[in-house]
Amino acid sequence: MDYFLELFLGGLTRGSIYALIALGYTMVYGIIELINFAHGEIYMIGAFTGLIVISVLTLLGWNTVAVIVIAALVAMIYSAAYGYTIEKIAYKPLRGSQRLSALISAIGMSLFLQNYVLLAQTSNFLPYPNLIPEFTFVKPIEHIVRSTEIVIYIATALVMVGLTVLIKFTRMGKAMRAVAQDRDMAMLVGVDVNRVISFTFIIGSSIAALGGVLVASHIGQVNYYVGFIAGIKAFVAAVLGGIGSMPGAVLGSLVLGWTESFFTGYISSDYEDVFAFIFLVLILIFRPAGILGRSQTDKV
Amino acid sequence: MMTLQEIKKSLFTSLWFMFLTFPIMVIKVNTIEKTIEWRWERMAAVGLGAFVLSFVWRYLIQRKEAGKKRAEVGSEDNVPLIPRLMSDRRFYMPGLMATIVMVVAFPFVFSLYQTNVMITALIYVVVGLGLNIVVGLAGLLDLGYVAFYAVGAYSYALLNVHYGVTFWMALPIGAALAFLFGILLGFPVLRLRGDYLAIVTLGFGEIIRLVLENWNEFSFGPSGIANIPKPGLFGLDLSLQQSTTFIYFLMIGLALMTIFVVRRLQDSRIGRAWIALREDEVACQAMGIDKTRTKLSAFALGATWAGMGGVVFAAKTTFINPTSFTIWESIIILCVVVLGGMGSILGVIVGALILILLPEYLRAFSEFRMLIFGVILVMMMVFRPGGIISDVRRTYKFEGLGNKAENRGE
Repeated sequence: MDYFLELFLGGLTRGSIYALIALGYTMVYGIIELINFAHGEIYMIGAFTGLIVISVLTLLGWNTVAVIVIAALVAMIYSAAYGYTIEKIAYKPLRGSQRLSALISAIGMSLFLQNYVLLAQTSNFLPYPNLIPEFTFVKPIEHIVRSTEIVIYIATALVMVGLTVLIKFTRMGKAMRAVAQDRDMAMLVGVDVNRVISFTFIIGSSIAALGGVLVASHIGQVNYYVGFIAGIKAFVAAVLGGIGSMPGAVLGSLVLGWTESFFTGYISSDYEDVFAFIFLVLILIFRPAGILGRSQTDKV
Repeated sequence: MMTLQEIKKSLFTSLWFMFLTFPIMVIKVNTIEKTIEWRWERMAAVGLGAFVLSFVWRYLIQRKEAGKKRAEVGSEDNVPLIPRLMSDRRFYMPGLMATIVMVVAFPFVFSLYQTNVMITALIYVVVGLGLNIVVGLAGLLDLGYVAFYAVGAYSYALLNVHYGVTFWMALPIGAALAFLFGILLGFPVLRLRGDYLAIVTLGFGEIIRLVLENWNEFSFGPSGIANIPKPGLFGLDLSLQQSTTFIYFLMIGLALMTIFVVRRLQDSRIGRAWIALREDEVACQAMGIDKTRTKLSAFALGATWAGMGGVVFAAKTTFINPTSFTIWESIIILCVVVLGGMGSILGVIVGALILILLPEYLRAFSEFRMLIFGVILVMMMVFRPGGIISDVRRTYKFEGLGNKAENRGE
């Protein structure tokens, strides 16, 4: 039973992590119908920025809780800035051209960002200090769940609630929904589409950065390549849930996290990454719209 | 042109990028020795670079806008330079002759190393032309193209290890297997929309690589397969120099065959169907083109060439392991097609030669290779989606009635 619980909570952690990244994917896709390949890299840059801030502040002798909070905030700001800039450089000039062009541009951006971090920093795995305090109430169940994981659950839940409020009840959220539905029409009724798109990238990127800092603290290491595989898996999760739908992204992430966790726990860990891809192929064949997505027909 | 406002704008851009790259470029932490290295000189470089580049960027955007406007008005006959030269016999014939002489003389004039580099480039030409069918003509973004390359390489290596199959037998078998894999994968996924296809093919590429890495009994795992024989020539004993020269000419032959086939395909009924499908799926279906079958044929034919390329790759390097078939290999091939010009045969050839030969001779910049590839992909898409040598669409001019009347009057 303990083993089952361990796998269950491990899957929940994975799922929450995927959810933090998948939300950004799904938001961007919902608005400009582009798979933002560089999103995984934004997550990685968030983790790196966090590591740099943590190291600098630790050397200055700050206390740990303040350091991790500030590091997460700085990482979020920087990732948001990266997301904003990437959109301006690689996607905005391509609005209105073929989808293939934007997709290739996104792949190029992803390649560029990976190698930028590789060259500016290092290709080695860097150890990542875990500054999240150990909670005393976790002590008795420490072999099943760690306090970092609890922080991840809480953070994901807060982000979800925050996003729901943002989308449902604010003016900006209304504008985002409008642009997602029909960009031209939204423009006609006076929505500043460029601002909405920039805003979407900023929010999505900062959530990914939060995920980056938490995950890196949890796993304990980071390198320039972590964003790629995490990004692909989060994309699988977003597709599974129904791309474009936010509750779908979270649901899909959790389903993927649990299946991966149980699969590797009970069957085999050799093919962990293969499994996510096979899952993706199967979803796309049998239910391309995802769990919560509505299937769309193209109108001419 | 350099108004005060533009300078202000560039200054702002430069400050923004200095802010943006500050933590990652300037600070380097050593988490083990707990030291920080500050590299301020880089910040200055970024600032200066961003300042200059923002002018270039703005200029290029302006040019692009102007070009778009010109195309809308349609005042100018803008056939690009190179196809215009190609259609001119005075340049075409001597150019062709010079190319033939160079191609034939190459392995005898240059060293073994150079010939080997050229063979690699030629493999990329062949594989790039194959991907060009999928991406350039049919408009399907295939990010797992290298999987078919792996299928070709491994089918030769494994058949040789187990059954002693020779290169010449393996070449068609590898191609056929890749074709089969193309159909197997393509069948379920080609119903999907374009961007899903990219991810699924990417996933498929990774699956193949991970299986090759983990299934030790089948593929010998990460240690790979060594001592794969080079292609034989009627059982003659060839020295290293001779066999390299032989592979070189073999590749030239293969490339010529590929060019011939792709050209014929492009102008055929099915080739025109691909291009039409790329431009507008719905209209295409309305015209009675079977979408799935047409896409599947592009996918499988593209895979065939990757399979052949893979067999030659295995024969050339005599050693293969799964690390040769990562997703980045797919992206390099994609880069070849995008840089050269999607859908243009000459473009793909030029793209392959540039992307494979330049990094070989600019060793000093080798660590920047992938970074530059990334920049190329973005910049080409933003400023020149057609590539260096863009495909010339066959157009029919409609001479206005007014003109005709004038002509008659003369």
